[in-house]
Amino acid sequence: MSGAPLLAAFRQSLGEAWAGGAGALLPLGFLGGTAVLVPLGIGTDAATLKAVGPGILWVALALASLVTLERIFQADAEDGTLDLWLQAGAPVSALAAAKTLAHWLSAGLPLALFSPVLALMFQAEASPALLVNAGLYALGSLAFFFWGGVGAALSATVRRGGLLISLIALPLYVPTAVFGALAMSGGPGSTGAPLFLAASTLFACAVAPYAMSAALRLAAD
Amino acid sequence: MWSYFANPHKFLRLSDWLAPAFYAVGTLCIAWGLWQGLWVVPKDEYQGGDIMRVMFIHVPAAWLAMASYSALAVASFIWFVWRHELADIAAKSIAPLGAVWTAICLATGSIWGKPTWGTWWQWNDARMMSVLFLFFLFLGYMALRASMDTRQKAARAGAILAMVGAINVPLIKFSVDMVESIHQGASVITADGPKMAAVYLTPLLISALGHSLFFGGLVMTSMRTEIRERRIARLRAASLEGG
Repeated sequence: MSGAPLLAAFRQSLGEAWAGGAGALLPLGFLGGTAVLVPLGIGTDAATLKAVGPGILWVALALASLVTLERIFQADAEDGTLDLWLQAGAPVSALAAAKTLAHWLSAGLPLALFSPVLALMFQAEASPALLVNAGLYALGSLAFFFWGGVGAALSATVRRGGLLISLIALPLYVPTAVFGALAMSGGPGSTGAPLFLAASTLFACAVAPYAMSAALRLAAD
Repeated sequence: MWSYFANPHKFLRLSDWLAPAFYAVGTLCIAWGLWQGLWVVPKDEYQGGDIMRVMFIHVPAAWLAMASYSALAVASFIWFVWRHELADIAAKSIAPLGAVWTAICLATGSIWGKPTWGTWWQWNDARMMSVLFLFFLFLGYMALRASMDTRQKAARAGAILAMVGAINVPLIKFSVDMVESIHQGASVITADGPKMAAVYLTPLLISALGHSLFFGGLVMTSMRTEIRERRIARLRAASLEGG
């Protein structure tokens, strides 16, 4: 087997994400909009915002992954691309992983890179720690996209699959959200938390492609 | 071994008398456990006085919440590997019942928690959060099955999700364990044996047995209904073809 189908799927996904008009700006806009709603909803007290800021960004990242994932496999199942992949004999798990990775690059990573700006708006001190946090957001959001991808693959043939993806993926998001929030809390147990975050992300990257592959074969039937 | 149990006719014959037996013994055990729990055993002031009597429902429900998700995962695995139709029927029947017992566990836990800990719900409590996510796993499983357009697809999608959920349960449990807990530690199954006084332990175990048997009876009845529904669908399809 050659790497050609993998590369094609990867480039196709990136192209779709960038060709959608606003490219990476659209998810950024979503993240910004979600984050801006929070001070309006819970009040503008600086101490409160400083305390909840890192957690709000985790929630916003999780939501951003959920809303952008809805169509990741659905379009392929509808227009026959999925059948062509299966015929090409490429390992479906690798294809699914490549697509998810491309999706994360266009809709997950930019959000993580943008996070220090939002953190400043939530009254965080300007320090190199914000860049470390951006790395943690990037690491954690990768797990969000892989588990969300499982939900997206399972509901590829379902109309209004977005709501279903949220319900399926939320329990799987728990370890990432817990370790991520713990790593940024600075409280007891926070020193080892980034390692646990990395471990749970690696676990997602190792397991999710096989689940996606099984789900995509089902969608192609 | 699976193939022996996979025969729907054998299952129908077996469950014909086993399900009523489970109901009868289960009801007796639950009734005895409740009578002991509500009227006979002394109250424990440390656990909140009379409110601790909710334990005789709460603990069996918690046990069944975990046991039913394990059963769902095992049934899904058996169906996914060997494609025994009965395993899928079992998985489909277990999910809503498991969700109900998980909800009972959450509700009774809240009722117990309010007077003793002063809160209906504690977000950083590991056990509460684990059970809550178990509840969501059940809901997601049922929603996914319901949204598939054929029975075969529902079975496959459900099995994949149940297995993905099952391998994530230890990780979810571990992650929420990192946050400290106000819930008491284990007191029935520990390395040194039960730490609970026998006067509480015996009714508790009988009650758990009763809930398990009653649950098993409900699962069997639900499976019998599903088997007959599938048979009706098959007969209807055949009559349309012949018609």
